[in-house]
Amino acid sequence: MKLVIGIVRPEQANQVLEALYRAEVRGFSMSRVQGHGGEMDRVETYRGTTVQMGLSEKMRFEVAVSDDFVGRTVDALCEGGRTGEVGDGKIFVVPLDHAVRIRTGDSDEGAVTPVGK
Amino acid sequence: MSGGIDTGDTAWMLIATALVLLMTPALGLFYAGLVRSKNTLNTFMMSVAAIAIATVTWAAVGYSLAFDGDGAIIGGFGNAFMQGVDFAPREGTAIPELVFFAFQATFCIITTALISGAVVERMRFGPFLVFSALWSVLVYAVLAHWAFGGGWLISGGTLDFAGGVPVEMASGFSALAAALVVGARKDYGRQALLPHNAMYVLLGAGLLWFGWFGFNGGSGFSTGQGSVLAFTNTLLCPATTLVVWFGLDLMRGRKVTAIGAATAIIVGCVLITPAGGYVSPGWAMLLGALGAIPSYAIIVWRTRTRVDETLDVLAAHGTAGFFGILFIGFFAQASWNGVSDGLFYGNAAQLGDQALAALAAPIYAFVATFILLKAIGAVMPLRATDREEAMGMDVVQHGEEAYVTGEGAILLLPDDHEKVAVPVADPG
Repeated sequence: MKLVIGIVRPEQANQVLEALYRAEVRGFSMSRVQGHGGEMDRVETYRGTTVQMGLSEKMRFEVAVSDDFVGRTVDALCEGGRTGEVGDGKIFVVPLDHAVRIRTGDSDEGAVTPVGK
Repeated sequence: MSGGIDTGDTAWMLIATALVLLMTPALGLFYAGLVRSKNTLNTFMMSVAAIAIATVTWAAVGYSLAFDGDGAIIGGFGNAFMQGVDFAPREGTAIPELVFFAFQATFCIITTALISGAVVERMRFGPFLVFSALWSVLVYAVLAHWAFGGGWLISGGTLDFAGGVPVEMASGFSALAAALVVGARKDYGRQALLPHNAMYVLLGAGLLWFGWFGFNGGSGFSTGQGSVLAFTNTLLCPATTLVVWFGLDLMRGRKVTAIGAATAIIVGCVLITPAGGYVSPGWAMLLGALGAIPSYAIIVWRTRTRVDETLDVLAAHGTAGFFGILFIGFFAQASWNGVSDGLFYGNAAQLGDQALAALAAPIYAFVATFILLKAIGAVMPLRATDREEAMGMDVVQHGEEAYVTGEGAILLLPDDHEKVAVPVADPG
């Protein structure tokens, strides 16, 4: 079991959702985060106050999957998130000790496998 | 008191002018709520730009071309740069020409701002400024002359109380042309592009309705019967549009929607704009009810097409303006307006005059706008790149964001500016 964390551009979020859907990855969560990944900063001016915006808005996907699904999940995140410009984001795959589906009490592989599989 | 000036009329027209000016920021709010959050400021700024640009062009030549003399096609340059626009009463009114000028300027402003609804979220700001300057003179002033300033429509007998021709049909059909020339947003038809703040939309619509009492109620240029009739019809007509819109929403989706209601307010106000001072309160209520249907149908139909006329200016303004102009031809009533009857009261010729306007205004607005934008597009790119469109027009065009948090923002002191060579529009 792994937790796949993908941080992508907000404007690519829809493409990522489509790619995950096509890859039959059904369970995930998504949140708005702010981050910095080496892209050039934006300079904004608010009535004479000029600031360098060090953080950019990003979308963070968290997908808990069984080992068989890691590859296709990573591929989907890459495919949906890539524009080729600096700032497309990162994917992290980390080991997952334990998972529980709250409704049924299913644990581990059973908890991260979509219902009906 | 100088000769021929009525203080009551003047007092009302001063207020009416301020009411109509309020409509443009209200429109900015209405439009800003309908776009995605990354385009909030740019969308509102297009309305602000219309205030800036159209006021200047109006003072320079627009007013003169619209209201100087009674040439069939266009006015003269006698009032260019506001020559001769002073405290003396405007011909046919008892208000100083300065007030008349300012009142008419606010019409030119909001009409120019209305077209932005067709091109938001992808048109660059610079070309929009150029477009506003040229459109306010070449399209608005011309149509205002036809319908208000002694041109061939008004002298031929067409009735247009507050701007079905130069405001509503002009903006609606120009918007269609603008949407076709500028092209659809890159994600149009592939992703759901949703309104980001329905509260702005409702508040904007409410303020527009409020301002519209000055727009229609001031278009008699007096406190006389025509103004009073138009004022009250501006309450009645949009109310019946709302009621019917609720019904249409219920039939279509089993729920009455808020953004639908905001749209219905606009549609109802547009419907009564040309007819305000010419039809009885009862007919105004029928106009609001019947006129809801074609606008509703076009909104539903348009979103299924490839035409990204983004905020439905054609449906809300073009279609409703067209319907309102024709409605006068049927239900105008001399016993209410003191001017002319429509077909229903035995004067079929009035319907002919109205139909002529309903044909001529859309054609001129569409063709002139199409050519104008093609010409501007030949000189400078009209739209942002796909990458810029993805980032949002607020950051790219204005270097600001509507919902900035300030987290991670590093203050740049004046000395730091040289060190940071960062083109905002070109990250990476």
